[in-house]
Amino acid sequence: MSGWRFRPLALIYACVRPIDPYLLLVLGLLLGYSYALMMSASPERLATLQVHFAVALAAMWMVALVPPKRLLSIALPLYLLGVLLLVGVFFFGETSKGARRWLDLGITRIQPSELMKIAVPLMLAWYFHQREGVIRFGDFIGAAVLLAVPLGLIVVQPDLGTSLLVGAAGLYVIFFAGLSWKLIGPVVLVAVLGIGAIVGFGDHLCQPGFDWQVLREYQKQRVCTLLDPTQDPLGRGFHIIQSTIAIGSGGIAGKGWMEGTQTHLAFIPERHTDFIFSVLAEEFGLIGAVGLLVAYLLLILRGFLIAARAPALGSRLLAGAMTMVIFTYAFVNMGMVSGILPVVGVPLPFISYGGTALVTLCVGIGILMSIERSRTAAKD
Amino acid sequence: MNELRRPEELQAAFRRRVVVATLFVIACFAVLAGRFYYLQVAQYDYFHARAEGNRVAVLPVVPNRGVIVDRNGVTLARNYSAYTLEINPSQVRDLDKTIDALAGIVTIEERDRRRFRRLLLETKYFESVPIRTHLSDEEVARIIARRYRLPGVEVQARLFRDYPLGESAAHVIGYIGRINERDVQRIEERGDTANYRGSDYIGKSGLELSYESELHGITGVEQVEINAGGRAVRLMSRIPAVSGNDLELTLDTGLQKAAEAALGDRRGAVVAIEPATGGVLALVSMPSFDPNLFVDGISVADWRALSDSPDHPLLNRAIYSAYPPGSTFKPFMALAGLESGKRTLEQRFNNQGLFTFVGHRFVDRKSNCQNNVDLHRTIVYSCNTYYYELAHELGIEAIANFMRPFGFGQRTGIDIPGEAQGVLPSPAWKRSRFATREQQQWYGGETVSVGIGQGYNAYTPLQLANALAAVLNRGEIYRPHVVRHVIDSTTGARRPVEPEPLARIPIRQEHLEAIRKAMVEVTTKGTAARVFAGAPYQAGGKTGTAQVFSLRGQRYVEGEVAERLRDHSWFIGFAPAENPTIAVAVLVENGGFGSQSAGPVARHVIDYHLLGRPVEAPAPETDEAVAAELER
Repeated sequence: MSGWRFRPLALIYACVRPIDPYLLLVLGLLLGYSYALMMSASPERLATLQVHFAVALAAMWMVALVPPKRLLSIALPLYLLGVLLLVGVFFFGETSKGARRWLDLGITRIQPSELMKIAVPLMLAWYFHQREGVIRFGDFIGAAVLLAVPLGLIVVQPDLGTSLLVGAAGLYVIFFAGLSWKLIGPVVLVAVLGIGAIVGFGDHLCQPGFDWQVLREYQKQRVCTLLDPTQDPLGRGFHIIQSTIAIGSGGIAGKGWMEGTQTHLAFIPERHTDFIFSVLAEEFGLIGAVGLLVAYLLLILRGFLIAARAPALGSRLLAGAMTMVIFTYAFVNMGMVSGILPVVGVPLPFISYGGTALVTLCVGIGILMSIERSRTAAKD
Repeated sequence: MNELRRPEELQAAFRRRVVVATLFVIACFAVLAGRFYYLQVAQYDYFHARAEGNRVAVLPVVPNRGVIVDRNGVTLARNYSAYTLEINPSQVRDLDKTIDALAGIVTIEERDRRRFRRLLLETKYFESVPIRTHLSDEEVARIIARRYRLPGVEVQARLFRDYPLGESAAHVIGYIGRINERDVQRIEERGDTANYRGSDYIGKSGLELSYESELHGITGVEQVEINAGGRAVRLMSRIPAVSGNDLELTLDTGLQKAAEAALGDRRGAVVAIEPATGGVLALVSMPSFDPNLFVDGISVADWRALSDSPDHPLLNRAIYSAYPPGSTFKPFMALAGLESGKRTLEQRFNNQGLFTFVGHRFVDRKSNCQNNVDLHRTIVYSCNTYYYELAHELGIEAIANFMRPFGFGQRTGIDIPGEAQGVLPSPAWKRSRFATREQQQWYGGETVSVGIGQGYNAYTPLQLANALAAVLNRGEIYRPHVVRHVIDSTTGARRPVEPEPLARIPIRQEHLEAIRKAMVEVTTKGTAARVFAGAPYQAGGKTGTAQVFSLRGQRYVEGEVAERLRDHSWFIGFAPAENPTIAVAVLVENGGFGSQSAGPVARHVIDYHLLGRPVEAPAPETDEAVAAELER
């Protein structure tokens, strides 16, 4: 460092180097798609959307500059901070629309559960990283506890969408860390049987007054609405009915950009946020929808490649989990909008309007870039 | 299980898991792609149709109802626009809660809630029901600002009907009200359902009912794009509504009001007809009611006040109440005598003070009715005995057959609904009217009563006015009508309602002329001389008194009889004497003898008609001398 002098080219190189061109390319495609859709669905939000893009890309770039070791080293404080804030929400949070999710810090309101989407996988990756090569069964129990504490705090808010994403992120880390198939198998079996039971005996289970014990009434209603949206066409079933009409009426080639009648006549609820996929499917048809699937698949494959090639366990787990989180966002959102999953507040990654989610996702991309950079840097 | 593995081994294990994850991702995306294919290719036609259905709504455009004006262009019924607060019950889960919430925003009174409940039951389909009408601009703003929290609540600009004259001519104009189930049935029977899509109101009485098809107009159609909230966002195509046609009446509002004022707070009716056309100049029934009360659905209190009143303000006495005509029947009886040949104009009779019929003694003490009595004098002084004899000689069948063409005991066919038939007594009528053989029997004494307009005779004021008009019109009788022109709303063309002659009664003109002259002398020398004293024109008329209550041989003394059992006062009249332009029939319920109550009202009406101004009411005749000349 003693021979430091100003070398502009080297500085630019240092800044650009951590950027993974493949990820950036797919991300650019997705953000471009998002921009085009927003022009149709909600043009008055375009200016804000540009700000969101700038902030999210900056966040991604800054995270990408930080080596994975550094990232893992802040896992514990970040995790503890997140849990502390969630406890604060539990006691002092602001209630809005029947859920207690926000914490007023005086200067600004924050939603600590959003932080946990990054902090939980980071924490678990760090946790397993400490035990690389000596992971025992008991360590999985420890990981489960680390996951259960913040997850429980989010579930009681209640916030089904975030619980799902945080829980999934933690489970992905545990899965990649090598949880025995003997344990995974039964869990998958129970899940399949449970879904089968709901689909098979939905009529009975959805009777009013029938208590599902584990789910709240509004969550039960979401599931029941999914099974038969026509039961309540002007109420809870409305979102699903209208979004499936939008998707179905798009056909193969779509109605054309800015031509979606469902979109422009405001039949689609939340058309710029959670339900933006129905706008896409209506205006760009099956081609546009499958195109989006391909874009996500490319992103995910690149993420998995980065994970598979990462030299350190912590990086591998983090990259794998981050990739799966992006997948989960995409799958849950599109499944919900097309009527095969219950309505859960999960945005379409990189497409839906919403600054917080976009920053979170871009931080995830930044983590992937950071990990990829650390591998190539090690070779240098 | 993972004890002390080498890094390469660990990475290989991890890579296997990544492969599993990749397969899982691909499988999930395949499910999504399959779902998209199902929705967008396999089910495309269905969803395409659903989206189109979502998009286009066909909305009715309610036409403006035609307005009603009188012969001078005075507005009798018109429309104005106002905001209403409406609730669509199909979109509201808890109506009471919604109404309570609205009550926190605008004033909603108990009667608004009651009316809402009633309308909810009456409303034809699942459509919006008003909870408040005539919102102020400020109230509209307050609701609009909070509407997002109130699903199923709408603020609509609606046209309302207004009757600026209020109680005046209410029985003629009638009123509109909200379409109820019975109306829906009627509309369906007429095959008019499509035209009433979107209409909330329909004529319920009066001209509003009888000219409903002219006034309503033709409903237009709007194809609009609507959003999920059901609100129209863009007009795609439009077939405009055709406004209802306007009505111009033969009615003269000034005359109508003069007649109403003349009756004052007495119960009664006035019908004034233009003899040459059958056009109704005034048609009054008192007491009246305010038709504006009905437009929005009348409140329970208002309805009780109207329906429970002993004065029956809703009753159209002019066309629905039938009363014995009393002596106003005499000119027609005289005509019957002349036409039948049983009497001539020259015949004179003496000793007319007493008529005995199967043991019954009929007395007439009037000095002018004792000796040297000819037909002319019987009308001028309203002599009774002459007509007892005449009726007996003619027989009831002949009387009925003569009177029938004049419209007695038959509906005139006036263009206002709710006309009563009245009773033209005859043996046939009695047989159909009564049950037992004894009751059905026609007695000779009944014929004698009919001769002076008492007994079973019962005619509406309209029937008497129209029969008089026929006498004045050389025996030509018209269907009386209130509407003169129907004015086409699009072209402005005035379609005249042609005078419709019902019949030409074959009567010798000299007989009609003699009757007319006698009636003129009634107003100069006879029973109505005092009534028409000082009139700057020549009029004709006939007084009449209808018995409400049979005294069974006792002498009728007005003060001793309860008000409701007093005689009804009649007057029929016309003016000018030559070429009359108005024939009027006046009835005052329990008004006593004819020249006492009905005569002055007729004078008032004729004064206004000919002089264009109401002349100060002449003093009613009350002194004993005149009372002794009474027609009873």
